[in-house]
Amino acid sequence: MAELNVEHARTSDSDRMIVNMGPSHPVTHGTLHIVLELEGEVIVKATPQIGYLHRGVEKLGENLTYQQFIPLTDRLNYCSSLMNNVGYTLAVEKLLGIQDPPRSRVLRVLCSELARIGDHLVCIGINAVDIGAFTAFLYLFKERETIYDLFEMMAGQRLHSSFTRIGGLFRDIPPEFEPLCEQFLDSCPRAVDEMERLLTHNPIWADRTKGVGAITPENAISWGYTGPCLRAAGVAQDLRVGQPYLDYETYDFDVPVGTTGDVYDRYLVRTEEMRQSFRIIRQCLDKLKEIGPGPVIIDDYKIALPPKEKVYTRMESLIHHFKLIMHGIDMPVGEVYSATEAANGELGFYLVSDGTKAPYRIHVRPPCFPIFSSFDEQVKGRLIADAVSILGAMNIIAGELDR
Amino acid sequence: MVIERIDEQLPGAILDRHAFRGDRTVVVDRSRLLEVVDFIFREGYQQLMDVTAVDGGQRDPRFDVVYHLLNLTSQERLRLKVRVADQESVPSLVSRFKSADWSEREVADMFGIPFEGHPDPRRLLMWEDYPGHPLRKDYPLDGGDAFCSQDIGASYAPDARSLNG
Repeated sequence: MAELNVEHARTSDSDRMIVNMGPSHPVTHGTLHIVLELEGEVIVKATPQIGYLHRGVEKLGENLTYQQFIPLTDRLNYCSSLMNNVGYTLAVEKLLGIQDPPRSRVLRVLCSELARIGDHLVCIGINAVDIGAFTAFLYLFKERETIYDLFEMMAGQRLHSSFTRIGGLFRDIPPEFEPLCEQFLDSCPRAVDEMERLLTHNPIWADRTKGVGAITPENAISWGYTGPCLRAAGVAQDLRVGQPYLDYETYDFDVPVGTTGDVYDRYLVRTEEMRQSFRIIRQCLDKLKEIGPGPVIIDDYKIALPPKEKVYTRMESLIHHFKLIMHGIDMPVGEVYSATEAANGELGFYLVSDGTKAPYRIHVRPPCFPIFSSFDEQVKGRLIADAVSILGAMNIIAGELDR
Repeated sequence: MVIERIDEQLPGAILDRHAFRGDRTVVVDRSRLLEVVDFIFREGYQQLMDVTAVDGGQRDPRFDVVYHLLNLTSQERLRLKVRVADQESVPSLVSRFKSADWSEREVADMFGIPFEGHPDPRRLLMWEDYPGHPLRKDYPLDGGDAFCSQDIGASYAPDARSLNG
């Protein structure tokens, strides 16, 4: 398409210049290719080209069992893979009509909120780096390391966690988890404050972000915006409040809302969301103490694998283990759409089951896909420098954009 | 509820309906999709979350085009379905929802379902002269030999269609 655009520009208007942003420019966050048509320094048209990372995740999912798909969800958004695990597992549990044990539900909330903080840290930090503020990024990245340490304690993996199982979790958290989490809850809010001192009232940051990429609530809804970008435009839509899952209705937190929907408001909304997530994590730790030790996966060997001690000592459990691995779970015939509030917005999984061990159709609704589709409208009439800050604030994750 | 009101206002537009685990689905007559969408838009379903399709394989008509809509006020969701045969087109919803633009392009790219009245009907993920539509059930899992134009979509290894043997 790049060639076609060049041809069009040559014949129609000789003053127009084509600039390719990406596919491997540092500001394009992965591999995104954006063809910009410029008149002088002003962007006349932006044509995003996606598909560079397309791995056919949905097609693969149709040929794997429900359990085997969990590691593929990690690769959708590598900044918050735990959240993708939770979202997918909830969809399968909705299809099965089951619920995981209370302790697992609290742990799922805990790891989702940690992932949300990690995602926002990266988004704000990298957006600041793209715009030219490097120091804030360093303050934030130190805390992100602690989040990955916590993930490693939970799941045994830092980046691709594959932590959830259908009906619960892979394992309980180790005793060392809580002290480190407390330490994190103490140090990370301070880092966020430092970042705010560096950015929020910084005149250069304000000049580069205020009024850039502003969008009306009606337009944001029509473009299918969800998450921080929609809330920054003034629509108080949060699935954790609107359609609570994992007992989110029992947690005490606020939904920050912006007014203009510009890059500055998106930054403010994300910053405040991190503070709300600290509150939720604090409540999770209290709840874990309240619930005490207990199972983190359901006690139904037709869905979740029996514990290894039983597999080695009891015939019945060995058969269950074999049947689950070789034949999978007995799925009801039907279709569900399950959505969770991921860091970036609504992460939906649409599953169609025909009763066999593999889903007949599996579709991922990534949050950044509809947001990125409005890129042309957002950057029209602005400068390339604004395109960079808008792209960063949209938090495009190429892995889930083209799946 | 909105489904009863569609029945009242637009009799005959709904061909089939079912509910499963709290998800409500209505199958809409293809020729009346725009009417139904206009009606439920006025009823508050103003966010088109997602458009996708399901390939029924040997079934007739072959495809289901699936729309997920959200009512932001009441937080209710509704799934619309339209049944289409191979090569049959579906009316585009871009004039009503801006988010339909890329979603419909993706469905057209991955399933080969044309959307009538789409302002920009290019492929979205694959390149322009890519042969075949990867999410169709008869498309080989290993991707086939995309560069061999004589034998479009033929598998590199015909016996490697399933990862589970």
